[in-house]
Amino acid sequence: MLAEIGHFALILALLVAAAQAVLPMLGAGRGDAALMAFGRSAAGLQALLITIAFAALMTLFGQADFSVALVANHSALSQPLPYRLAATWGNHEGSMLLWVLVLALYGAGIARFGDNLRATLQARVLSVQAMISVAFLAFALFTSNPFARLSPAPLDGAELNPLLQDPGLVFHPPLLYLGYVGFSVTFSFAVAALMEGRADPAWARWMRPWVLAAWVPLTCGITLGSFWAYYELGWGGWWFWDPVENASFMPWLLGTALLHSAIVTEKRGALAGWTILLAILAFSLSLIGTFLVRSGILTSVHAFAVDPERGVFILAMIIGATGTALALFALRAPQMKSGALFGSISRESGLTINNLILMALTAVVFLGTFYPVIMEAVNPANKISVGPPYYNLVFAPLSVPLLLLVTVGPMLAWKRDDAGTVGKKLLLPAVLASALFAVLALWLGLDKAASAFGLALGAWLILGGGQVLVRRWWGAGGFSWRLVRTTPAATLGLALAHAGIGVTTAGISAMSGFAAEKILVMRPGETAQAGPLAVTMVGVEEVAGANYRALRAHFVTRQGGSDGKLVSERRLYTVSGNQTTEAGIGVAIAGNQYVAIGDVQSDARGQGLVVRIYWHPLVGWIWFGGLMMAMGGAASLSDRRFRIGAPQVRSRLAPNMVPAE
Amino acid sequence: MKRLLFILPIIAFAGLAVFLGIGLTKDPKELPSQLIDRPLPEFALPGIVEQPGSGPPELNGFASASFRGEPRLLNIWASWCAACPQEHPVLERIASEGFPVYGIAWKDKPADSRAWLARYGNPYAGVAADEQGRTAIDLGVTGVPETFIVDKKGRVRFKQIGPISPEVWEGQIKPLLQQLRAEA
Amino acid sequence: MKRALLALALMLAAPPVLVLPAAPAAAVLPDEMLKDAGQEARARAISKDLRCVVCQNQSIDDSDAPLARDLRLLVREQISQGKSDAEVRDYVVERYGNFVLLKPPVEADTLLLWGGPFAVLLLGAAGLILWRRRAPVAAPDAAPLTEAERADLDRLAGPSN
Repeated sequence: MLAEIGHFALILALLVAAAQAVLPMLGAGRGDAALMAFGRSAAGLQALLITIAFAALMTLFGQADFSVALVANHSALSQPLPYRLAATWGNHEGSMLLWVLVLALYGAGIARFGDNLRATLQARVLSVQAMISVAFLAFALFTSNPFARLSPAPLDGAELNPLLQDPGLVFHPPLLYLGYVGFSVTFSFAVAALMEGRADPAWARWMRPWVLAAWVPLTCGITLGSFWAYYELGWGGWWFWDPVENASFMPWLLGTALLHSAIVTEKRGALAGWTILLAILAFSLSLIGTFLVRSGILTSVHAFAVDPERGVFILAMIIGATGTALALFALRAPQMKSGALFGSISRESGLTINNLILMALTAVVFLGTFYPVIMEAVNPANKISVGPPYYNLVFAPLSVPLLLLVTVGPMLAWKRDDAGTVGKKLLLPAVLASALFAVLALWLGLDKAASAFGLALGAWLILGGGQVLVRRWWGAGGFSWRLVRTTPAATLGLALAHAGIGVTTAGISAMSGFAAEKILVMRPGETAQAGPLAVTMVGVEEVAGANYRALRAHFVTRQGGSDGKLVSERRLYTVSGNQTTEAGIGVAIAGNQYVAIGDVQSDARGQGLVVRIYWHPLVGWIWFGGLMMAMGGAASLSDRRFRIGAPQVRSRLAPNMVPAE
Repeated sequence: MKRLLFILPIIAFAGLAVFLGIGLTKDPKELPSQLIDRPLPEFALPGIVEQPGSGPPELNGFASASFRGEPRLLNIWASWCAACPQEHPVLERIASEGFPVYGIAWKDKPADSRAWLARYGNPYAGVAADEQGRTAIDLGVTGVPETFIVDKKGRVRFKQIGPISPEVWEGQIKPLLQQLRAEA
Repeated sequence: MKRALLALALMLAAPPVLVLPAAPAAAVLPDEMLKDAGQEARARAISKDLRCVVCQNQSIDDSDAPLARDLRLLVREQISQGKSDAEVRDYVVERYGNFVLLKPPVEADTLLLWGGPFAVLLLGAAGLILWRRRAPVAAPDAAPLTEAERADLDRLAGPSN
């Protein structure tokens, strides 16, 4: 019964979305306030219906109703309840439902929090949003119905892939979807602006919180995904340049560019066409990411079951959405006002260069991800791969000028500035970071100069974030608590996010220059050294778990005068015959100690256990920096919501007084 | 000039859409062979019999030098290969139609290979073992089964990745072999 | 924020020890390694650049697939025979094609891959410079807000910082 309710709610949602796609748009054209108001109600109703469908599916998973094919195929009674519930989105059909749910919730958000939007703009945004909804709801209903029944129902289901039974699965996909589906809102804003032929400062002001609303969860999702990969998939790898990782990273890069170009459009009315293009591209790359994961066009660890038919459907949607938007862009954008001018040294030009480099970085990831596909079409005989060595070689040097600029940007004045003034503001961070570089380079030697530079760059960024606050808090009369208390949340967010990039940069640099590993055969009593970390195997015992037998090895670690203990297990699950390794990880700010045992093997001194020892310096900084960026974004968002959502600004014109356009 | 700049995104996108469309029709896992129109790499592999020289001669291995004078098929298989039993009847049919098929057992214990052939029957005119997988690397093998078509002069002309289905045999490989037979 | 700082402080005082499930198998094993540390380091570096052809975007250094192990052994064998890094790579490419290289060679086919990002940067920069040249400098606020825009901004309330 529940499955049918869910299915029915989904069908109703499709109908509502279809009406929402057409009527408000008509209303905006005719100046019909009632039709425009319909868009707001429809957006709410649509979100409610999809929420019902999603709740129904989740309940089915919770109840382990194996008469539903999806539940039977992706969850088993032996799975703990949280993972049974998370299995709702651990498969293609369910994750598509989550996709449309997030889409509809954003739509409802525009209806609810868009009170002060120009009514015609809001109506058009809601219509475009609904068009995307229609496509995805149709996709879910016609090619990937999550509520299909299975007859006869099995007694137990097929277990979810054990690698996916992890807290990571509970949070990672929803955060990513909140992120890149969130860019649908900016896409709708861009298309609506093109329809109105107007992308003015107010338009950018309205759109910016939505950019942040997508960017913050996307940043969290990518950070969490990287952390998850670190401990689950790899031996110290935290980013693999896998096509599916890239699929989330490209919208992030463009989203970051959009975040900054929208500021220029809002404050100075400039770069409007560019901002629109970025808004279209950010969502298009999210769509293409969905296509990558679900079409089987590229091989990837993350890919869902391959189905070319779904690939064709998604490709058609991409062509429909992106193609239409870009066609509209080619027609309308040239006529739009180009906005105010600015000097070569100014906040605007700094943000423009930021955008330029972010575009080049996006091009690196884009070409790396799609080049194999392009080659397949152009010259199938010369099939190529693009992997981490390519990205590391091209991405790193291109990102250096951007990272150098991040600290400079916030010190620049709008309109025009001069090098001398900016130089004075940056003197202290520059001196400190250079000194750090000199000391590190001398101490570590010239062959580690690149890593020393990376660490100094991290310091430059962290100091730059600090400098933003210092300049805000020290007024003409020195330090003042009043200035601290009145610091806008957006300024705090800016400082936090920029410092976060520095923390991540430092972590990456330390990992690339100073990570150490040792792989060897060990016997109890023996000691091995990996970089600064000394590990002694003290003993091995056999233990029995609930459904497995295991070899458990105990280790004592010694590093820089402090001792610790680590334990690693090699488990054999007696029923399935699966072997797994439980690694022992010692977590600290300075870095992680990592020990994992493998099979029994012999070396020159006889039989022992294969042991992998790793020292990962500052690895945690990579993710902590990511969280700082996300927190910075959230702080900015709270600032904007305060201004935009506050009831006292509802001095809006009555709908019927809005001039028709 | 300015207009062109605004049209650029949609042109670039159209190009990408075409590539994605073509990509949908391809299998990303299939790796084209480097050996096409090149001579078969040299190898001389032992057989799968217990003692060299004992047992039937066709189980006593073969060398690349024997791929001369007549077009032949070189099939890579293994007893642990899941798709091989499915391909097996097609290989028997190919052999019965008079085209010699040679088999290399890849990363397989000779005893296991023997047992597999005893169970399913032996379609091969010659069987060899590549326990270390070194010859397979020379051949650019990525999985089992894979089949090379070698012409009269010992050059590789075609590579089938995955099992040969009756359709592939009738539609592609048989006509090719007939053409190769007619070649000087 | 305070809570996060507190957690950090605790971490400093007593590093937590986790036991986490890790990838079930491991790539390079001690019995594969070369005696000579320098040669082994070269083998590791080459292995990181070679794709495991049966895996999904993994290098043979990361993969536990049997074919990846065969190739690791092959690489080490070639190195101990005195081959140069380039010769070892060429040996594998000759058999599997450019597909095995995780860093594609710079050739006519890959010109766009290697040059594309830099072209974006250079063309973008050139475009910016041209645009600045053509437009008269200074004259800030050349395009004042229209009445409608002013009204929209006013409705947003709050000072723009």
